[in-house]
Amino acid sequence: MKTASKIYTGLVMLFLFAPIAILLVFSFNASKSLSVFSGFSLHWYSELLRDSETLGAVRNTLILAVSAALISTVMGTAAAVGIHKLKNRYLRAAMDSVTNIPMINPDIITGISLMLMFVFVGRLFGAATSLNFVTMLIAHITFCLPYVILQVLPKLQQMDKSLPEAAMDLGCTPTRAFLKVVVPEIMPGIVTGLIMAFTLSLDDFVISYFTAGNGFQTLPIRIYNMTKKTVTPKMYALATIIFFVILFLLLLSNLTDADTVQAVRTAREKKKAKKNA
Amino acid sequence: MKKKASGSLALVQRLALAPYSVWAVIFIVVPLIFVAYYAFTDLDFRFTTDNITRFFTATSVVADETGAEREVHTYVLIFLRSLKLAAISTVICLIFGYPFAYLISKASPRTQSVLITLIMIPMWMNFLIRTYAWMTILQDTGLFNGLLGLLGLGRVHIIGTESAVVIGMVYDYFPYMILPIYSVMAKMDVKLLEAARDLGCNSAGVLRRVIWPLSLPGVISGVTMVLIPSISTFYISQKLGNGKFYLIGDAIEGQYVANNLHFAAAIAFILMVILLFGMAFMQRFANKRAAV
Repeated sequence: MKTASKIYTGLVMLFLFAPIAILLVFSFNASKSLSVFSGFSLHWYSELLRDSETLGAVRNTLILAVSAALISTVMGTAAAVGIHKLKNRYLRAAMDSVTNIPMINPDIITGISLMLMFVFVGRLFGAATSLNFVTMLIAHITFCLPYVILQVLPKLQQMDKSLPEAAMDLGCTPTRAFLKVVVPEIMPGIVTGLIMAFTLSLDDFVISYFTAGNGFQTLPIRIYNMTKKTVTPKMYALATIIFFVILFLLLLSNLTDADTVQAVRTAREKKKAKKNA
Repeated sequence: MKKKASGSLALVQRLALAPYSVWAVIFIVVPLIFVAYYAFTDLDFRFTTDNITRFFTATSVVADETGAEREVHTYVLIFLRSLKLAAISTVICLIFGYPFAYLISKASPRTQSVLITLIMIPMWMNFLIRTYAWMTILQDTGLFNGLLGLLGLGRVHIIGTESAVVIGMVYDYFPYMILPIYSVMAKMDVKLLEAARDLGCNSAGVLRRVIWPLSLPGVISGVTMVLIPSISTFYISQKLGNGKFYLIGDAIEGQYVANNLHFAAAIAFILMVILLFGMAFMQRFANKRAAV
């Protein structure tokens, strides 16, 4: 890179990471201030660990994210397989448009639309509050699904069509052929989809805000409630921990993706080499 | 035998779509119908266009900087302000993001993946916390003013102005501009650029006649990915604008909190329709450019 490019990259990174650096630094502040550093202390971390409401929110967020990610990955992978097989052009176009809706629509509209339906249906059944863990889970699965499908679909398109056919010619049942041949081929897409769904669910605020009842508080909603009052460095301590967890997940997903891709590639090359020999 | 086996495989694969189809209809399509239903009904679910009319006709009195009072169309003004701030943020993201995406695509593969990961890290950080961090930075007694003071440049009042809201939007959605442009540029055939040079194009010519048209799909998806969340945001404006700059997202959220679900639905409906038309227009523009 040229010097000018390096300076420009540096400036962009400074802009992107300055607020995060400030979070990290002030999470160790000895005093309550978020703008005057008065000495190093782990006070706010110990405070955070004693905050049972926040810890409860962390637990809720994890339960929600794991459930939403698993369900949307299974359903989304199955859907991708089905969409891939769709021959009818109009049906395919309709499916693609519907799948695009949650990604194109602003979060606030997705949230409001689901909330209106939940409230309406809840009222039909005479429920006093119709928003709870289940409505939130439904909302999270709904906005995760398109991302899973979009990760898996290209892998199916790249796959050699004759592979599952060959497996069946060699005596595999269709189910076995699917599990033993198709699934390993599209695995990188499934894993990336799962991680994406998990992180999207973990980080979502807007849709959760509209579909969460009073009883169920996730971490982003807890953070929102925290920022309504005066914020102490406790929230920054929380942010710092989240930052490192996300850094870890991101590195992990990069590694797994690169590894699986590499593994598939070497396996294919070996096959080719054998064929040629 | 073989035919039967692959036939049942095809059937299984087709059935695999069933759960998602049902899910998509119930939880993607039907909720949107509910937005329209609530938007066009009153509290007793009788048909009315009052909610929609209210959006266009409701007025309130505001005072400008000089203290002079004037009557304005409340929600139309809010919508236009959202559009203005979102458009400014999108243009800033494009101006700074486009060259950066180009820079990344020209780097070595290793540097490319490092830079992309670095850009993605802030994206995964909770946006409420990021926005709040900017609030403390931009405050009158915050770090930004402290820095200016150290440099002897004096203080500026940013928090609570439209500039602060724009800074927040640019910060939160900047990566969404870079990533799609980068992914198009990374796939660009270097031979095309060389060919353009061989045929006598200078650098500016290559940029204008080859790189820009080829990267247009990325630009369009980047613009959409920045414009849509920033036009509909409701937290950034509350924190960085000190609640003085109501945006369309704030209006929807405010009506939701006040339990005016029908009017909230009406605002959401109008926003949705406008975005739909806007996007159809952009798609058209993109197709036209692609055809040329």
